[in-house]
Amino acid sequence: MKSKGYNGFRTVFAHVLLIILSFMCLFFFYILLVNATRSHAELQKGFSVLPGSHLLDNFRSVANDGTFPMVRGVINSLFVSTCSAAICTYFSALTAYGLYAYDFKLRKVAFTFIMAILVMPTQVTAMGFLRLITRMGMYDSLAPLIIPSIASPSVFYFMYSYMQSSLPLSLVEAARIDGSGEVRTFNQIVLPIMKPAMAVQAIFTFVGSWNNYFVPALVIQSKEKMTVPILIALLRGADYMNRDMGKIYMMIMVAIVPIIVVYLFLSKYIIAGVTLGGVKG
Amino acid sequence: MKQKRKKIDYSKWGYIFILPFFVSFFIFSLIPLVDTVRYSFYEYFKSGLKQIGPTFIGMDNYVSLLQSDMLKYAGNTLILWIIGFVPQIVIALLLASWFVDVRLKIRGQQFFKVVIYLPNLIMASAFAMLFFTLFSNKGPVNSILMSMGLIDSPVDFLATAFGTRSLIGVMNFLMWFGNTTIMLMAAIMGISPDIFEASEIDGCNSIQRFFYITLPMIRPILAYTLITSIIGGLQMFDVPQILTNGQGNPDRTSTTLIMFLNNHLKSKNYGMAGALSVYLFIVSGILCFIVYRITNDDDPDGAKAAAKKKKKEERKYVK
Repeated sequence: MKSKGYNGFRTVFAHVLLIILSFMCLFFFYILLVNATRSHAELQKGFSVLPGSHLLDNFRSVANDGTFPMVRGVINSLFVSTCSAAICTYFSALTAYGLYAYDFKLRKVAFTFIMAILVMPTQVTAMGFLRLITRMGMYDSLAPLIIPSIASPSVFYFMYSYMQSSLPLSLVEAARIDGSGEVRTFNQIVLPIMKPAMAVQAIFTFVGSWNNYFVPALVIQSKEKMTVPILIALLRGADYMNRDMGKIYMMIMVAIVPIIVVYLFLSKYIIAGVTLGGVKG
Repeated sequence: MKQKRKKIDYSKWGYIFILPFFVSFFIFSLIPLVDTVRYSFYEYFKSGLKQIGPTFIGMDNYVSLLQSDMLKYAGNTLILWIIGFVPQIVIALLLASWFVDVRLKIRGQQFFKVVIYLPNLIMASAFAMLFFTLFSNKGPVNSILMSMGLIDSPVDFLATAFGTRSLIGVMNFLMWFGNTTIMLMAAIMGISPDIFEASEIDGCNSIQRFFYITLPMIRPILAYTLITSIIGGLQMFDVPQILTNGQGNPDRTSTTLIMFLNNHLKSKNYGMAGALSVYLFIVSGILCFIVYRITNDDDPDGAKAAAKKKKKEERKYVK
């Protein structure tokens, strides 16, 4: 028989390790938070556990900085991420519905094809992509960051799995009998049922797009079109030591905080969505 | 799943609904892919303001890539992936089996899950920038270590290959172990409780249970995690790029394949970038195929190898 002491020891050990790991996860963000509230002079003196009182000063100097248009960057990033999330979830649901509810000749082929490219990295086509959008006159614009998200195999797969579990085809039949057109059935009957799945995927697409660095860095040139990750990269490349450290911490915080806020409100759904979606880089 | 409807033919709507996806894929992925493959056979780059090529040169780009530092960068990518992945999978397995073990009575499960998943959502480039400032010579980490008396003078973490690679490994670990834990947890919870009960009656202890029941049962998910993680590792870019400012310092020991690709793209050396992309495409194509087999196998045991092995074992029993 197993002794109680053995399990007791394991419980203690598990908690200790969990606390250490949680500490590791939160520690760096805690320093960030503290340092973003301290002035350059205070930061030069060394680390302190307690926050300072310069949060607003730092924020103001970030907002007023012309070389790193952070506010503009946040607006651009918000725009790109919101649009990507919207069209990605809508069209993925539409594609999934097309393959789920209809029987047609190429159905199997189309499905197999999407599954085959499920985890294909976008980087391998980056060179052709760059040349293509240059020829299409979309170089240095936000459109090429948004439009390609119509074709997102992993979001499609998520939607398809969700439909299998919670969209009975009899419902579609019923709508047909009631005289609803196919497009209307999708928009007014299927989409409301898909809401939970769409919400989860919208969050993931938003976060992915917000954090995306590789493609925007290739496509965007002018400062007023830059998204947050490019500005962070620019900051890293700048002559670093002469800068106001409080401001640098503040900029990192501006890049991270919106996502953390969203996460704190929706963590339950996000964590539940991780296992359902399954497919991430 | 397939339904019998004969009266009206709705099949055209199926095509209409999947059209946007395929048009978008065709334009933004397939044409670029063909273009990439095509120019991989051309000499095509910018030298100053002058445009060289495109001239067809066959496999020259591929050969000269092999002679260049590509293999070194492939090695770097592999090392960086391993030092992030090994601790990640070990910790994730441990945490996942603890979280689902009712006898352990882990308190605040939801809190821990929320916290360990958090770094996964953080912008990788901002996270790398944060690490860069925290671990710089005058940064808080050095100042903490010095005030604790652990070191006398600041450690220059980014000056050594070991330091830089470790930092990248730590970041990758922190960003991905929560995600893996949650995935594995779902997999373990999917195992029928009967099996665990039976093992308990047979006097199986927790270590035996982990190695003889949990691990074999979640093998398909483990394989999936492994392959997707390799694909993710192959794409590693943001963290090393920002941390080392695209230099891969010291001495390009932390330059990854995608950073190499990025350099070629930035310098508009399309021929080389194309050839490198094709190499990456072949490798990720193989990995994609494996993922496809795992996700589309009707056999609940998952991977083909697993199924084969099972058959062998069955044969043994018959004998």
